[in-house]
Amino acid sequence: MTKFNGGVWALKVLLYAILTLYAIITLIPFVWALCASFKPLSEIVSAEPSFLPKNFTFDNYKQIFVQEPLFLRWLFNSVIIAVSVTVLNLLFNSMAGYALARLRFRGRNFWFLLILAVLAVPAQITLIPTFLILKLFGWLNSYQGMIVPSMVNATFIFMMRQFFVNFPKELEEAAAIDGLTPFGIFWRIVLPLAKPALAAQAVFVFMGSWNNFLLPVVILFDPEMFTLPLGLNSFKGQYISYWNYIMAASMVFTLPALAIYAFFNRYFIQNVTFTGGKG
Amino acid sequence: MYQLKRRQEITRWNIRQDLPGYLFLTPAIVVLVTFVVSPIIWAVFLSLHKVQLLGGIKYEFIGFRNYTRLIADERVWIALKNTAEYVAIVVPTQTILALVLAVILNSGVRGKNWWRILYFLPTVTSSAVLTLIFMWIYNINGLLNNVLAFLGLPTYNWLGDPAVALKGIMIMNIWSTAPFYMVIYLAALQDIPQTLYEAAELDGANSWQKFIYITIPILKPVTFFVVAMGIIGTFQLFDQSYIFSGGTGGPNNATLTIVLLIYQAVFRNLQMGYGAAIAFVLALVIISVTLMERQLFGGKRM
Repeated sequence: MTKFNGGVWALKVLLYAILTLYAIITLIPFVWALCASFKPLSEIVSAEPSFLPKNFTFDNYKQIFVQEPLFLRWLFNSVIIAVSVTVLNLLFNSMAGYALARLRFRGRNFWFLLILAVLAVPAQITLIPTFLILKLFGWLNSYQGMIVPSMVNATFIFMMRQFFVNFPKELEEAAAIDGLTPFGIFWRIVLPLAKPALAAQAVFVFMGSWNNFLLPVVILFDPEMFTLPLGLNSFKGQYISYWNYIMAASMVFTLPALAIYAFFNRYFIQNVTFTGGKG
Repeated sequence: MYQLKRRQEITRWNIRQDLPGYLFLTPAIVVLVTFVVSPIIWAVFLSLHKVQLLGGIKYEFIGFRNYTRLIADERVWIALKNTAEYVAIVVPTQTILALVLAVILNSGVRGKNWWRILYFLPTVTSSAVLTLIFMWIYNINGLLNNVLAFLGLPTYNWLGDPAVALKGIMIMNIWSTAPFYMVIYLAALQDIPQTLYEAAELDGANSWQKFIYITIPILKPVTFFVVAMGIIGTFQLFDQSYIFSGGTGGPNNATLTIVLLIYQAVFRNLQMGYGAAIAFVLALVIISVTLMERQLFGGKRM
């Protein structure tokens, strides 16, 4: 009996040891980068590196904002694009999902199947023609070029449809009897009740747009129009071994995303779980 | 009279029902038709043409010559080999790591949610930032080599040596995506009815047997999903290779992936048709591998 308990105890210790080790592996790159962003260059290149900065300094952060005048512009571009993409996705995906789940109209099945088919199309096939279409519209190097192709997402239309299908019908029926139009019902009754699904969608769409690299690298080539990931990449080319600046810039870019994650992490988990649950 | 009234109602019903439906769907239809459906058709067209981008666009029909040229292109084979190697190592490793972490978290340890929130961090961080952080860690005098030297292990020129450059990207991506799949596994593990394990205990099964004979078989559909997502994601490797190599796929083509090759064909060499042809080959490869996986999993749904 004691031996059995000892085995359980040893197993517990082993499990916590593994969890702690993996937590350290997860955190080290972030902590290392964060610490570097507060170190002067001399300390970064020194032969005996230390984890915590010996001469703590904010100079790297000052430097990137002063020396790289475009840095604020990149931040601004990223915010404008990510916020617009998120708001439009929430609106359009919910509208489409609601129509597919609730409204009756001719051709509904056709559009539903089309959206399911779109889910399976790999992005690199559409990439080149998308570039040509944006060129045709004169939308290269523009906000609308980044926003319009991404303002609808088939995955989230599908998710919203699934959400609305399981939604209790009675409220909408009552509202219809009170004389609300389909739009009135959608705005005043359905959307406010769909908040959890919208929140889950919002964080994922925002992060996807904020971190997107492939589309901007293809359609943005004027440094003024860069988003932060592209800016960071060009920054790296310019300050090739000034890792203190590069890490400070990386941290400025990471903190907003981490703040959103800290506040909304349960929606992230919910969403991943939902996506996985379909399989 | 009754008949007439009813017919009128049917027509009115249709207008009133069809219009809102289409108004709700219009934004989605316009965007998906413009930026997904028509690009597919255009991509087929492009892949059969030689495209010249000088001011305007000029098309010259060349049949399947883009595709035949592909077979003779040495860099296509290098990119395919790199990408295949990357998929073959990253997908199994991240799947097993995700499963192991999920099982540990589900075994009744304290603070499950806190561990999960912490582990999930790399998944929400931008690939550009992660790549830059890892490039710095991979530096010749960087953190990783310091740690390896401290442990008495051999050190490498992670960024410059063609033999290890791709391995560096592999390590980084396993580290950053495994937690995502861990969360999926964890949700599935929580749904397994406890009674199954209790019944097995009555039959004298130990923990390991319960894991092998209950957990693994029940998780099979989830594993299928995780591996399929992993295959699709890893075959499309681009950001990390691009930033790692400054867009060249170097050193000595060691980090050249198929999507990077498409990017180079289109935006460095201005060969749109050729790029489109490579994109279709990639799509074909991804679809075939996913179908093979489905066979392997015994033709499960999805």
